[in-house]
Amino acid sequence: MIASRRKYKLHNSQAVVAEQFDDRTQQHEASSLGMWIFLATEIMFFGAVLTAYTVYRNLFTSAFEAGSHLLNAKIGALNTAVLICSSLTMALAVHAAQTGRRKRLMAFLVSTMLLGGVFLFIKFFIEWTHDYKEGLAPGLHFTYAGPQAGHVAMFYCFYFILTGIHAIHMIVGEGVMAVLLFMAWRGRFSEQWYNPIEMMGLYWHFVDIIWIFLFPFLYLLGAHF
Amino acid sequence: MSEHIASQKLYFIVFFSLLCLTLLTWRIAYIDLGRWNMVVALLISICKTGLVGMFFMHLRWSTSMVRLVVFAAIFWLAIMMTLTLGDFFTRNAVSHPQGWQASIVVPQPAAPAPPR
Repeated sequence: MIASRRKYKLHNSQAVVAEQFDDRTQQHEASSLGMWIFLATEIMFFGAVLTAYTVYRNLFTSAFEAGSHLLNAKIGALNTAVLICSSLTMALAVHAAQTGRRKRLMAFLVSTMLLGGVFLFIKFFIEWTHDYKEGLAPGLHFTYAGPQAGHVAMFYCFYFILTGIHAIHMIVGEGVMAVLLFMAWRGRFSEQWYNPIEMMGLYWHFVDIIWIFLFPFLYLLGAHF
Repeated sequence: MSEHIASQKLYFIVFFSLLCLTLLTWRIAYIDLGRWNMVVALLISICKTGLVGMFFMHLRWSTSMVRLVVFAAIFWLAIMMTLTLGDFFTRNAVSHPQGWQASIVVPQPAAPAPPR
């Protein structure tokens, strides 16, 4: 709206309220709604793989438990804690954006990215590397020779696909966050306009929720024996 | 004011609850509860999801429009899971009628070629 542009004396592309919206409330509502509809598609995406996982876990329960038993539940728990920490720093980044504190916002974005990096490092260079060396990578290097080896291989297919698509989501999040960090550095956000930061927060917390389910499904399934 | 700004103290309370629940679910996994292991783990995961969704994702202060989308997402997920699992878990619940089995032709593997 022309009035709002005049009010904040901003360039057209930096207007607090875009032309198509009446006010900030409506603009914020539209952003949240759009992001949540995207997250709904993501829920269906992960939901389909998790449904398939549930079917096969019930068909081959003992093989899935044997496969899960070979994973290190301690590292899984550590990674869960790292991801929860990154969710906290993301929530604090949104808070800093809402209160218009640029340096705090940048600091919390950087710490979220670092914690995400720690998670990915543990995932790729400690866990996956170890699994590959142990001969637990179906199709590449699979040497498990216990009972029901084929069904254990199926568990590891689910393991690599689920943690893999989760890791891809995290890498995408890191990329988007780098752009947001640059925008924050340029001073594009204010307590009047911080929608991208908040939407990034929704995405990051969603990825955290996915991990909250993957942790018991993959790591804790076979911990009890 | 369109957006609610939650206090940082609340975020820290949620954070510590999440860490405690993670510790709980991890320790419980080492106790053999039979089929209940997965049930307990899932219940804890759902509690954690509730905490993240309500406070970190601001659903506690969201409009009913946004909540409707979240509800729809979970509802459609429930449809997919109920129908798929309902199919798979009831396949052997009813015995096959006699005539059906006879009509199933199992393809036999081709005989290996005789050595020359």
